[in-house]
Amino acid sequence: MSTTNPQSDAQPDDVPRRGRALRTEDTPAAAARSRRLSKARRRVANVAGLMAALVLTGALYSTIAPAHAEEAGASSDADYEAGREIYQNSCITCHGENLEGVDGRGPSLIGVGGAAVYFQVHTGRMPLVRQAEQGPDKPVVFSEEQIDQLITYIQANGGGPAVPSGNLRDGDLALGGELFRLNCASCHNFVGEGGALSSGKYAPSLHDADDLEIYTAMLSGPENMPVFGDNQLTPEEKRSIINYIQTVTEMPDPGGAGIGRIGPVGEGLVIWVVGISALMFGIFWMGTKA
Amino acid sequence: MARTATAPGAPTTRLGKAAVDFDDRLIVAGPLRRTLNKVFPDHWSFLLGEIALYSFIVLLLSGTYLTFFFDASMREVVYNGSYAPLRGVEMSAAYDSALDLSFDVRGGLFMRQVHHWAALLFVASIILHLLRIFFTGAFRRPRETNWLIGVGLLVLAILEGATGYTLPDDLLSGTGLRIISAIILAIPVIGTWAHFAVFGGDFPGELIIGRFYIVHVLLIPAILLALIAVHMLMLVKQKHTQFPGPGRTEHNVVGNRLFPTFAAKAGGLFFVVFGVIAMLAGLVQINPIWLWGPYNPAQVSAASQPDWYVMFLDGSTRLFPAWDINLPGDYTIPALFWPTLILPGILFTLLALYPMIERKLTGDTAAHHLLQRPRDVPVRTSLGAMAVTFYFWLMISGGNDVIADKFQLSLNAMTWVGRLGLVILPPLVYVITYRICLGLQKHDREVLEHGIETGVIRRLPHGEFIEVHQPLGPVDAHGHGQLAYGGAPVPKKMNQIGGARRAIRGFFTPIEEPTAVELEQRREARGLAAAEDRDLTTSGRPSEGGRPSEGGKPQEPRD
Repeated sequence: MSTTNPQSDAQPDDVPRRGRALRTEDTPAAAARSRRLSKARRRVANVAGLMAALVLTGALYSTIAPAHAEEAGASSDADYEAGREIYQNSCITCHGENLEGVDGRGPSLIGVGGAAVYFQVHTGRMPLVRQAEQGPDKPVVFSEEQIDQLITYIQANGGGPAVPSGNLRDGDLALGGELFRLNCASCHNFVGEGGALSSGKYAPSLHDADDLEIYTAMLSGPENMPVFGDNQLTPEEKRSIINYIQTVTEMPDPGGAGIGRIGPVGEGLVIWVVGISALMFGIFWMGTKA
Repeated sequence: MARTATAPGAPTTRLGKAAVDFDDRLIVAGPLRRTLNKVFPDHWSFLLGEIALYSFIVLLLSGTYLTFFFDASMREVVYNGSYAPLRGVEMSAAYDSALDLSFDVRGGLFMRQVHHWAALLFVASIILHLLRIFFTGAFRRPRETNWLIGVGLLVLAILEGATGYTLPDDLLSGTGLRIISAIILAIPVIGTWAHFAVFGGDFPGELIIGRFYIVHVLLIPAILLALIAVHMLMLVKQKHTQFPGPGRTEHNVVGNRLFPTFAAKAGGLFFVVFGVIAMLAGLVQINPIWLWGPYNPAQVSAASQPDWYVMFLDGSTRLFPAWDINLPGDYTIPALFWPTLILPGILFTLLALYPMIERKLTGDTAAHHLLQRPRDVPVRTSLGAMAVTFYFWLMISGGNDVIADKFQLSLNAMTWVGRLGLVILPPLVYVITYRICLGLQKHDREVLEHGIETGVIRRLPHGEFIEVHQPLGPVDAHGHGQLAYGGAPVPKKMNQIGGARRAIRGFFTPIEEPTAVELEQRREARGLAAAEDRDLTTSGRPSEGGRPSEGGKPQEPRD
């Protein structure tokens, strides 16, 4: 599995800052000095221990790594072969012998990239049960390993947007909200509840989508969704949108039951079914019958 | 001073004397006594209007609280409150203050939810009240004027709701405002000018929230308040209608006196209404504006709907074909004009004029104080059912994208089902309702003529089986009942005429001792007379015709 978006931002290391804070601390007495001395000694010991551990790890790695590298190359080939086998068992009917697509059944997969495979297979949309307006998400058919093998196979045939890695939620929350409302809300609703499109198509709810699914959906534009390539929404902006979606999805409703967060339709239903019913009960109690 | 301490009946306590002094100056005892003795019938359906009144009171109180914190301005500010996902976002001061109300003002979110739920309930109860008035014929002479005021109140309540919906300036309400703007623009000839007058320029401008605010908190509430006052004064002056029944005539009112029974019930109902609103507001989230985001004309969300009472206009817009009329000389009448202006115009005009229309068609110009059972006026009932179907179908269509999404239907199919249903369903409902009314009428007549089915099967000597029927009154030589239908419910089960022990009273728990009821039943001779007597007393028939013992002056016939 190759990666084009290494988002592994280093965690800010706060050890030096703590050390500086200690050093600037004003400790007047001699007792304090001796305590500082012992503290310094302990720190030296810690650093030494750390260095030793690092050296040991490096040495171990150097002895193991070559063999491992060989294995990786072999497993990549094996992945490719396994991916091709899965493809030929489960996908070939609609996407064709050479990923060229079959007219009226499925599009060509040359150049769609691993991102599209990840989204379609990981949400259970592929393999499709039947031809319809839109493939619904359903329980996943393949294991994570099999999905990786499929991705390797498809990615090797024509390239295309690859599956990103790293933390996909580290974007700016407020910016993500603005971008979501601008780009996504018109189909997926204010907070990703989903919505209807024309003729039985729909924008699905984003509740159960994990970070990678949302990211790969934006990269690949599945079903009726447009592609949001890195020129339209930068990786940083994509991560902001994911941050917003997941934050809002996980956020509890401060006002009580959320009733689907779809606004007036649900509210109208509640006032008639709950409010008016309760009050009808009240007036039956208070009034008399004819 | 003619009054002396020895005058019979003169008060001796300090409070009593103070009251006499007060009355000497303001002369309120007479009118007050008359008012407190006023009789209100207590059928459950007469309480629907009260629900509307009480939710209006809740609206005034909660709305006042909201005004303390709401800033109706479209000034651009940067949000810096408690809600993290919007921090640093540019928005109007109105939205900013509405967010503060929701997250940073103590009790603010609860009050917002109380206000919004009460608003939904206000319009819902007005419509239910209107339906009760319509289906029972309570709008007939002399109450046409009050019907007109009622329709005015409904329209104002909808406008009040729509302006309030707009105020928070979130993405949902802004979308609604954009539609309001489009509707104004769709008016032929004056549309553009009207839009510029209302918005003070192009959409959205910087004035509209402030203007809607004054309309929402001052203008419409003041008119509503005044109209409600007139509505109720007319009710008091014209007396309440009542259903026909034992002891009830066109010239009396049977029910409870205002004080103490009716006042206690009304007070109780206020707290029931307030309780239901407070419970909804505390338990169910309404209009979570923080999720919608600030309004930005470049953004729109799927499933942007108005509150339910405007949803029928959204529905009509969704169903109406996109027929723009292009006139020579660059004039266009947009398709939006018909479903959002002409249709409601026709609907509300028909609604307002219905009493006059019915009077013309039936030629019935007499004054009526007894209500009609819906089955006895099948044409009106069917027309009403037809109108309700039409309205309901439009309302459903207003949320057709949500329905399509939740039930996995095709939105296009929903639109066509909406269009076809709008044409086919109302006439169908008319016919079905008409048949049901006739069936119910016939059944009433049949029971009056042949008696109640007792369920007792008797075999005659020659082998024929017959079911024994209990006649409701005297019978002629053929065994047919001679009672005429009086517009009141006809008992159709033996239990209703004392065939079994009468039900023990009490709504939640029995308020009578079962054994005592049984004893009472045993003491009473079994039969109709006793049951009827009891009915009369329990319906609280007042001894209104002046109390000679108090030397009461002759009373107005129906006070």
